[in-house]
Amino acid sequence: MTFLKTMTTTLSAAALLASTAGSALAVDLQFFFPVAVGGKAADTIQALTDEYAAANPDVKIDAVYAGSYQDTITKTLTAAKGGTPPQLSVILAVDMFSLIEEDAIIPFDGLAKTDEDKAWLTSFYPAFMANSMTGGKTYGIPFQRSTPVLYWNKEAFKDAGLDPNTPPATWEEMVEFGKKLTKTDSNGNVTQWGVRIPSSGFPYWLFQGLTTQNDVILANDAGNKTNFDDPKVAEALQFLVDLSVKHKVMQPGIVEWGSTPKAFFEGQAAMIWTTTGNLTNVRDNAPFDFGVAMLPANKRRGAPTGGGNFYIFKDSTDEQKAASFDFIKWITAPEQAAKWTIATGYVAPRADTWETPAMKDYVAGFPQALVARDQLEYAVAELATYQNQRITTIFNDALEAAITGTKTPADALKEAQAQAEAILKDYR
Amino acid sequence: MTHRREWIYAWLLLSPALVLLFAFTHIPAISTIWDSFFSTPRGIRPSKFVGLENYEKLLMDDTFWQVFWNSIWYAVVTIPVSVALALLMAIWVDGKLSGRSFVRLAYFAPTVLPLIAVANIWMFFYTPGFGLIDQISGALGYPSVNWLGNPELALGSIMVVSIWKEAGFFMIFYLAALQSIPPVLREAAAIEGASRWTFFRRVTFPLLMPTTLFVSINAVINSFRMVDHVFVMTEGGPNNASSLLLFYIYETAFKFWDTAYASTLTVVLLVLLSVIALGQFLLLDKRVHYR
Repeated sequence: MTFLKTMTTTLSAAALLASTAGSALAVDLQFFFPVAVGGKAADTIQALTDEYAAANPDVKIDAVYAGSYQDTITKTLTAAKGGTPPQLSVILAVDMFSLIEEDAIIPFDGLAKTDEDKAWLTSFYPAFMANSMTGGKTYGIPFQRSTPVLYWNKEAFKDAGLDPNTPPATWEEMVEFGKKLTKTDSNGNVTQWGVRIPSSGFPYWLFQGLTTQNDVILANDAGNKTNFDDPKVAEALQFLVDLSVKHKVMQPGIVEWGSTPKAFFEGQAAMIWTTTGNLTNVRDNAPFDFGVAMLPANKRRGAPTGGGNFYIFKDSTDEQKAASFDFIKWITAPEQAAKWTIATGYVAPRADTWETPAMKDYVAGFPQALVARDQLEYAVAELATYQNQRITTIFNDALEAAITGTKTPADALKEAQAQAEAILKDYR
Repeated sequence: MTHRREWIYAWLLLSPALVLLFAFTHIPAISTIWDSFFSTPRGIRPSKFVGLENYEKLLMDDTFWQVFWNSIWYAVVTIPVSVALALLMAIWVDGKLSGRSFVRLAYFAPTVLPLIAVANIWMFFYTPGFGLIDQISGALGYPSVNWLGNPELALGSIMVVSIWKEAGFFMIFYLAALQSIPPVLREAAAIEGASRWTFFRRVTFPLLMPTTLFVSINAVINSFRMVDHVFVMTEGGPNNASSLLLFYIYETAFKFWDTAYASTLTVVLLVLLSVIALGQFLLLDKRVHYR
């Protein structure tokens, strides 16, 4: 009797095992994604995942809108610490070091088994890969990537006696044009500013455009040493401060990021610096003819990249990892990436996407979309270090102190460097 | 035997409250204090006991001190102003006034709005150039002011929002208290020939003391607890000029992922609030007359 009982238990256990092994073919994936721009971004992601699920019935993808970039990394890391991370997620490219330090993600290299897969890993624009690799391994796949560009109001240019089709090419020209474009009323109050480089929240990003143009890099590739106190960084910051203080072509104090497109539509600012992710927004809402240009040059042309990458999380089964890899390969393929770029304005991360018929039609009718791609040639990696959020907060605080005039650029940057050094020295 | 059964009953009746209090208040508070003596665990480095190192770091942290004084200033200004305004508004709408319920509604409206919505409304007021305040002052010929982008004005601008939101809420309590004061007292005072000011100072205000205590404790809690508008309006900027203690704790915990240091900051907030609450009960209780 006891023997029989044992036998049945063993048998049923074996049956149970067999059934789980059978259902292992059906893989469940949870996918967190953020939305950082207005419009159709969330719908497009949902539509793309549905399309993938329809073509691959053995994979079930649960696409979860997780809020802003900040919300998404907070939710993902909290879930990872609780032992139930999503299998894949789109998170800021610059959070790569934080995710590595939390031991939450795995490199893609181990998942790329075939030669085709390995070739795929190297098919993205190098400017985007700069923020996606460290120590020779690829941790992120570019997807929701952007770069800042200059938008200008052609009507305001015409009114100021400037050529409406020529944006400023250098810092000097931007100041010179800005002076012509800044208008005051009879009381001496400014009604239209020449230029607007927003500085609220994360001023470091657009400021990195200025430092790159001044030919200086803010942090090393290993992410453990910053270069904030370089005289060239101080020069760039002085230029930013001078735009309001000396040249009086930009609104003084901290300039709000969020209301920048609105200020452009309202004619409050004739030239704005903002992300290419706002392209569709500006196209839909600007009541005048506008142009899109690369950021002006100083010692060289330059801009940071920005935006989010795909990451695969460690705490998943091998089947889930393989399925995640396959999904990411699919969604970044030319056809899908083209749909995504057209819906949002994000820069398609691979050259072959721009060769698809859909993209060719799109840029033929809207050549402004090409500016961001062409700027990639001059783009550098966005500032990313270990303890990234803390280091960028230190840097942002220094920038804000200089912009509001509480510290001189050199002093503010020297203090920031010392603080960053105290944190990063443990990582060398 | 019956004695013991009563004990069991007592514990059974208490247990739901005890379980909730321990699970959500006492155990987290104690583990926060415990965590503040350890380093932050990272995926590749486990946490280790560091003694008072986090507290030393706290004393040396310029940002902490700035945020600490910001919070104190924020409390010192917003609490008395919102309570005084609430009292004034309550007396105003308690009187005979045409359109009284409309005025009451108008004063109370900010309270029912979520703080995030309020912050977005005020963002529109404050926006330089085309915001409401600038449109009005621009029409009168005044220059544009960057309310949230100037470190000297940012904290003040945040305070205005919270006073605007809080005063209406406290007004409701004062209004209820005012209506419970028997009219006989006013008639008696009128017969005695007391002026309106004397009546307010000697009769109304003392009778409102229990409400004042309640309202002021709430105001203290809210002034440290409500930071949603900081997220929307300034994110603590420029250069931490408008950052408050709770906002800094959130930043440290969920942006920098430095959970040990966040625990240390939380202990400071805990101690600060306990001291204030204790002081309020001890000092004010003596002056409060319950009927």
